[in-house]
Amino acid sequence: MLGVERATVEFMQKTDVMIVGGGLVGLSIAYGLALQGRQVSVLDEGDDALRAARGNFGLLWVQGKGYGMSPYAQWTREAVALWPRFAASLQADTGIDLHLRQPGGFQLCLSDEEMAEESRRLLWLRDALHGDYPFELLDGEQLRARLPGVGPTVVGGCYSPMDGHVNPLKLLRSLYAACRARGVRIINGHRVSAIGQHASGFELEAGDQRWYAARLVLAAGLGNRELGAQLGIEVPVSPNRGQILVTERLKPFLHYPTTYVRQTDEGTVQLGDSHESSGLDDGTGSEVMAAIAARAVRCFPRLGQVRLVRAWGALRVMSADGYPIYEASPTCPGAVVVSCHSGVTLAAIHALRLAPWIDGEFDDPALAAFSLARFNGKNEVRHVG
Amino acid sequence: MSADRLFRALGPARNTVQIEFEGASLSVPAGVSLAAALLGSGVTHTRESAVNGRLGAPFCMMGVCFECLVEVDGQANCQACLLPVRAGMRVQRQRGARDVLGADEEVADE
Repeated sequence: MLGVERATVEFMQKTDVMIVGGGLVGLSIAYGLALQGRQVSVLDEGDDALRAARGNFGLLWVQGKGYGMSPYAQWTREAVALWPRFAASLQADTGIDLHLRQPGGFQLCLSDEEMAEESRRLLWLRDALHGDYPFELLDGEQLRARLPGVGPTVVGGCYSPMDGHVNPLKLLRSLYAACRARGVRIINGHRVSAIGQHASGFELEAGDQRWYAARLVLAAGLGNRELGAQLGIEVPVSPNRGQILVTERLKPFLHYPTTYVRQTDEGTVQLGDSHESSGLDDGTGSEVMAAIAARAVRCFPRLGQVRLVRAWGALRVMSADGYPIYEASPTCPGAVVVSCHSGVTLAAIHALRLAPWIDGEFDDPALAAFSLARFNGKNEVRHVG
Repeated sequence: MSADRLFRALGPARNTVQIEFEGASLSVPAGVSLAAALLGSGVTHTRESAVNGRLGAPFCMMGVCFECLVEVDGQANCQACLLPVRAGMRVQRQRGARDVLGADEEVADE
């Protein structure tokens, strides 16, 4: 805890809302708060930080999410419905085309067991959302008719018109530009070392600098565990590594996103969807890369003769139950904790609905399910695979 | 092509090989990279970007920038800076993205 007398240091920098974390989650909220007319600052680490925002796959994905927790399924559905408005707003502010496409997406199934499991989950979700959850289950022949180029050993797939994709790097760049254009102060290269709470707000310290904010949003990904602890808030998040391979540029051949393979607007093809428990190591490994490549070639045999040009690892931010955490702390008034996976899919709803809620504009009953209260008395479950 | 070349060799090549670029025969030093050979022959652009059509030529010379993409003996998207020249090599500019649809139809016919 910082001393009050230090709060009078002449370099004290003040803001209405301080957001810790300049990834997709933090910047989406910053943009939403700026649209609300708030004075916002974002404190971000340097290039050596762990950054899910620079390593993700770019899907706007709905199907299958929220199995066992229908409020998350509903929240995700509403997020993708807000995406066209969100993208239009960013484009109007920055001129950057995010290449948003929402033609629906396919989950390819490589075994009968996988197909049965996906079907069971989608049927549960459709019931949980009272029938308002469109998808189709396709056998191999139907799938190949709908998605030419799918390999002969793919047993079937699920299509949902709810899914889509976007260029995630252009999204990050656009959020930076839009936030700056709307007066958000983005402060790079600082790792917050201490947070103190006073009667009228929060004081943050990084190196020899400090900032004061009436309100605080922790959107620091995996860093939220440590930052939350400083305010006495236990944030159960842990890393889950995904590796991604990228091919040479190809003429468009895949016009829909799929969970394992996605062709980007600039022609490269991303192959991915691995899940590993590897601590804070965001590197790559040949065994997992080989498995990703082999699965992608099974899905689309033409990829077998295509060259890879890049590979990387990135860490998903997974809460103990896999669902987002939106916590307006009752013990620490003015502090909000936001931790989630799927920062691309949820970007639109974070800007257009979560930010107004953080701003106190309205009480959103949909958010009650995502508070930390759900973890009370539960042991943390580690997600592996 | 050689009248306004941007690069010149430090000295005469001890050995040369013949390669073909866009249908024209070039005599180039043996043992150099294809990118060096093309630059030394006065080639001013080797690819047209798949993203926006911009003309590009070998730049980083170490496999990173992908500006030197060419088609070599029918294989698209080759990095000329990473390939040694070989007698008889047939090289074309890389124009846009590689087309894998045609290849897939051949697979389907099998």
